[in-house]
Amino acid sequence: MSTLTLRLKKELTHSLNCAALTPENLAGKSIPDIASLMLSDGRNQLRVDAVFEISGAPITDALHTIHFKDSSRKLDYLGAHINSGSLEISGDVGAYLGFNLNGGTIHCHGNTAAFAACNMAKGLLIIDGNTGEFLGGASAGQRKGMHGGTVLVKGNAGDRAGDQMRRGLMLIEGNAGDYCGSRMIAGTIGVMGNVGMYAGFNMKHGTLLLLKKPALHATMQDCGMHTLPFLSLLYQSFSKLDSQFSGLHTQRVQRWVGDAACNGNGEILLISA
Amino acid sequence: MIINNIQIDDTFAEAFNMRATRVILTAQNLKWAYHAANAMTGFATSVIGCGVEAGIEGELGETETPDGRPGVSVLLFAMGSKVLMQQLETRMGQCVLTCPTAAAFAGINSEDQINLGKNLRFFGDGFQTSKLITDKRYWRVPVMDGEFLCEETTGMVRAIGGGNFLILATSQSLALAAAEVAIEAMKKIPNVIMPFPGGVVRSGSKVGSKYKTMFASTNDAFCPTLKGVTDSELSAEIESVMEIVIDGLCFDDIANAMRVGITAICQLGESSGVKRISAGNYGGKLGPHHFKLQEIMQAGNA
Repeated sequence: MSTLTLRLKKELTHSLNCAALTPENLAGKSIPDIASLMLSDGRNQLRVDAVFEISGAPITDALHTIHFKDSSRKLDYLGAHINSGSLEISGDVGAYLGFNLNGGTIHCHGNTAAFAACNMAKGLLIIDGNTGEFLGGASAGQRKGMHGGTVLVKGNAGDRAGDQMRRGLMLIEGNAGDYCGSRMIAGTIGVMGNVGMYAGFNMKHGTLLLLKKPALHATMQDCGMHTLPFLSLLYQSFSKLDSQFSGLHTQRVQRWVGDAACNGNGEILLISA
Repeated sequence: MIINNIQIDDTFAEAFNMRATRVILTAQNLKWAYHAANAMTGFATSVIGCGVEAGIEGELGETETPDGRPGVSVLLFAMGSKVLMQQLETRMGQCVLTCPTAAAFAGINSEDQINLGKNLRFFGDGFQTSKLITDKRYWRVPVMDGEFLCEETTGMVRAIGGGNFLILATSQSLALAAAEVAIEAMKKIPNVIMPFPGGVVRSGSKVGSKYKTMFASTNDAFCPTLKGVTDSELSAEIESVMEIVIDGLCFDDIANAMRVGITAICQLGESSGVKRISAGNYGGKLGPHHFKLQEIMQAGNA
């Protein structure tokens, strides 16, 4: 299947809302139709062809791939509301990558700003570089963040990764910032690198799977060393991913439960070396 | 029909529609998986008195189970979905939840889902945790040996119960020896169980009784000690009859198991003491599935 390619052709001064540029929205549209679509930078309406050089074949169905080239941190809401299809992104992107993602695949080969995978429900989001704060968090006014799907970050994640996460799988191969898994409702977050202060702050349920011992706050309760059979199932689900997480095998972990400050029953599992 | 000097009667086994499910039980090793499975399938020979007919379908290696531990697959059959659900929950709670290191997983896919660990989780008293892994929900219930891991639901399918054949031999020991040979061969067949003790039943029944409270009573036509006083099906040289009852997921599974079992007996030849193979039925009026012995054996030769 041929790919529609959108190459950013100029340096942007303002953030541009790119939510309209999804396989579903562009399916059935000719290249001139796509070129005439309007994108908002908050102040102005810009034609797509004023920002992007368009090449490749028009999108025939919603399962199509769109390739963004030379993208920048000024491109917000890339891949928002996608139900199917895929996005390949060469370069960095702005905030809200994969906002409300509900299926399909997004692969960002660069770094992202904050709120990637915000409100995500299904699908797969891969970030090869680093990502900003509130990965998989909830948008303003929402009480639940990511509630399904898989996020794989090969670099580092900022503060509050998985804030108010309700369900799904978030894997961070690098470091995570402070308050990782804060206010977590359920789901699984794996971090291979270091995590910052207050991991699992106010978590209710869910699992933080760590490879390096965190500096925990007093309301995470140490429950000792254990061998947990469910980890074999979890590791099997990792094996489908091109990730260092697929190399995990040991079911031997140290378990902390909390956050007792909110009567939580979440857990931090430190994989035994 | 005569195979290797053993007569195959021109009759049929009559079987009924049932509901079935499969559960995969794993444990630290096969020994403990069997402890869980044996407990779960205990007192499950006949729906008449046990509510459910259950048995061990087979062993599973480490590469065949969801959690990579050795395990066994268990099939359970009941006359309806409600009783199957009740029996599954009860047996899971008393036999698997209690068994050291045991875990339970769905063993069959179906649109109809019944509870496996969905309600057992409440044993966790609020400390239970769920994990949704690749679209399957599992429950982790803290127990004294660590954690009890259990999939939330398993599939329920339509199935058939009551396939059978009778082994008519010149002595009790020879009839049982032949039955054991048949069971060993039939254990290798997937999708079926032989729910009676050792796979063999010696008290085959007929419908009804002279006593008003009894729904079923001894199959006097095949009781060797009654040859002179009842309308017997047995000739003079038959001194003992053993029955093998088979529940299976579909008609072909049962027919295949019957063929394998009967073939194993026939291969023993005349010296086995087995004179005839027959089958139990109710005149064809009760069960919609008829397993005609001679057709099944002819299909095997084709």
